[in-house]
Amino acid sequence: MTTNPLLDATGVVKTYGAVVALRNASLSVLPGEVHALMGANGAGKSTLVKILTGAIRADAGHILIRGEARDVRSPADARRAGLLPVYQEPSLIPDLDVASNLRLTGTPVEPFRAWVRELGIPDLDIRDIARDIPLAVLRVLDLARALAVEPDVLLLDEMTAALPANLAEKVLEVVRRQGDSGRSVIFISHRFVEISALCDRATVLRDGETVGVVDIEPGVEERIVEMMLGARIEKTRVTSRQASQAASPGDSRPRLGVANLRVGTKLNDVSFDLANGEVAGVVALEGQGQDELFAALAGSIRPSGGTIEVDGQPVRFAHPADAIRAGIAYVPGDRTEALTMQRSVRENIALPFSAALRNWGPINMRQEGSRVVSAIERLQIDTRAQREVQRLSGGNQQKVTIARWIAAEAQTVLCFDPTRGIDVGTKQEIYKLLRELADQGKSVLFYTSELEEVQRVCDRVIVIFGGRVVDVFPVELADEPALMRAAYGLPRGAKEDVGILADIHSSPVAKP
Amino acid sequence: MSISAIQPVPFGRRLKRFMADRPLIPLIILLVMLVVILQVLRPGIVNERWLANTVKFAIPLAILAGCQTMTMLTGGIDLSVGTVATMSAFIMATQVVNHDPAVAILIALVPAVLIGLVNGIGVGVFRVHPLIMTLGTSLIGTGCLQVYQRTVIASGAKIPPFLAWLGTGLTYGVPNALLLFVPIAVLIVFTLNRTGFGRLLYAVGDNEGAARLSGVRYWQVITALYVISSVLAGITGLLYIGLIKAPSLSLAEPLVLPSVAAAVIGGTSIFGGRGGYTGTIIGALILTVLTTLLTILQMPEGARRILFGLIVLFVTAAYLRIIEDR
Repeated sequence: MTTNPLLDATGVVKTYGAVVALRNASLSVLPGEVHALMGANGAGKSTLVKILTGAIRADAGHILIRGEARDVRSPADARRAGLLPVYQEPSLIPDLDVASNLRLTGTPVEPFRAWVRELGIPDLDIRDIARDIPLAVLRVLDLARALAVEPDVLLLDEMTAALPANLAEKVLEVVRRQGDSGRSVIFISHRFVEISALCDRATVLRDGETVGVVDIEPGVEERIVEMMLGARIEKTRVTSRQASQAASPGDSRPRLGVANLRVGTKLNDVSFDLANGEVAGVVALEGQGQDELFAALAGSIRPSGGTIEVDGQPVRFAHPADAIRAGIAYVPGDRTEALTMQRSVRENIALPFSAALRNWGPINMRQEGSRVVSAIERLQIDTRAQREVQRLSGGNQQKVTIARWIAAEAQTVLCFDPTRGIDVGTKQEIYKLLRELADQGKSVLFYTSELEEVQRVCDRVIVIFGGRVVDVFPVELADEPALMRAAYGLPRGAKEDVGILADIHSSPVAKP
Repeated sequence: MSISAIQPVPFGRRLKRFMADRPLIPLIILLVMLVVILQVLRPGIVNERWLANTVKFAIPLAILAGCQTMTMLTGGIDLSVGTVATMSAFIMATQVVNHDPAVAILIALVPAVLIGLVNGIGVGVFRVHPLIMTLGTSLIGTGCLQVYQRTVIASGAKIPPFLAWLGTGLTYGVPNALLLFVPIAVLIVFTLNRTGFGRLLYAVGDNEGAARLSGVRYWQVITALYVISSVLAGITGLLYIGLIKAPSLSLAEPLVLPSVAAAVIGGTSIFGGRGGYTGTIIGALILTVLTTLLTILQMPEGARRILFGLIVLFVTAAYLRIIEDR
């Protein structure tokens, strides 16, 4: 290609303390192209996007816009340079009406209206307060607001997520036409179907590094998956199946039975069983409804449909206390959600003991002490700083969140990404602990964003995509490539020629 | 496992951590310093009688500050304690004319329970901010008391002798009020440290979401808490009228803000989750001594108040700097 890139970022580096978010990222977008930005969870997509749009600053690297070095220090700078993002979260100020929101960003009203109509919403009243507008429409308005100022580079983050099919279709059509009129679009999506229908090229990130730029053509999704996995593709084949022998002997009644569970628009129709003595993995890309699934099972939110059964009895949870009484404990991914940071390790572990009204009286300190100590010993929590949990290391804090439910003898533990952001040694201990729990006949539901953990810990893995269970793997088949493919909604065992891209030529929105 | 850290920690940091782990020590030092200053300014003033008097006046403040401590642990505050104390005192003093003292006291505590219940439901169920909720019920209570005053104006008021004995009497130089205060203080300290309910107060104030995930029902804890706080305030009112001996419609009102100050000086965080009652008791003593100190300086009322405010601000800020281990 001979044309100069509209946006050219090279050697972008960003570190947060010891954590390297971007190692060496680059992204080059040509005029008139729709360019996909891809990468697994934590690969650095969001960081790169934030740097390009001026929300945060890079530690190193060059960003050229139309061949000129630009120092994008703020979102306003990025806007002036012709780079406009549309984020996943709606950005209209909820308490203002649409017209005021437009004025705030200096968006011309007539083009905005035209785009809104174009995007399939014929009857918008711009005097409506943003708060009263449904989420899907808000996202479309965000897009229309961006389109109305005719940016050179439009950056769309998971634009079609949570959109109903008819709106999504219109959006994709409009995005496609942006490319035809000489403007560029950076398109972030987990959906290969959209990317194949829409994009010209894709940049793939892995571990904060750009590992490849590929032209979108039939069969390319296999290569993209390989790139996203990198070297991990070989070693996983070796480690399969050691976890599976612990799978429970067929118990007739599952510990937890979930049928057709729905939560709002995020989780549509999820069904699975969790047996006693089983660790079931849940794998999903970010925001596919796994948060809602765990929250509903933990009693934090009420499902909008479907049933949950515990030991064959249908249950309805109105409060986490109901779930706990049914023996279901929830360990959230964010430790700060689960811990009382200024209190001691002991009080944190013993917290569920006092929760029920009948346990408000005097505490039997001896008995509590021995339960707490045995949980601390079991998890080998470093208790040198036990007076306040906030003085503990992240790994030890995470152990406290789990120790609580071991001390409370919960029968089922829902672990949401328990190993995020903790050291390798502690991770190993947590894997071991989850296996031990299963060996004792307890059941564990284990969501993880690190695919390699699945084969270390799980007996079975449930893959969720777009709020639905798309596949259930036995552990021996659940190597990283297979999981990655499934997490992106690709059918199991897809080969080069039977991929979704194979029929792209017959599709009406296909590029020439 | 050894407690001592492996690498040497600078002395200043060790001292800070020591203070953070034992927050009472700087408070006691401050209290002793104030008493010494008083003795230096007025040699001979610190004697048995002065001590008994200080304790007598510190006790009602300390109990109300106990209400503040418990509510502040959950991130709340109870501004209705003054009104509740006044109501129970006033109602008791007027009812005792026609009823047995025990009955009069029971009648007097009914509005306390009611106000506590309303506070608790408002904060715990309807999530009204505690500041607004308790301020509102406090105003309503004052209004009701005014109406009530009209209806009983003819009957007069009196103070049962045993309340006067409890409020002002001394036995071998020791204030009788301690007979009421010591059990209450022990009960509060025990509740906070050794009961499930106490644990939940800290947990809810530190991280309500975490408490919820552990199965704690917020509204239950909060409702019980505000009822307890209100009943304690009612009891304080009965004690206080025994000390002041003159029922009025603003009897305990001047104690409300000092009770908040005592809890804060005592190291209870207004944001919840941190603090305890022993610190609060010392805080109440510090405030009482400080008041005497400013009184004997014979300054004009305005200057006294300005100084009082400045000292409270300074002490609280300095104390937080000392015990905060960041």
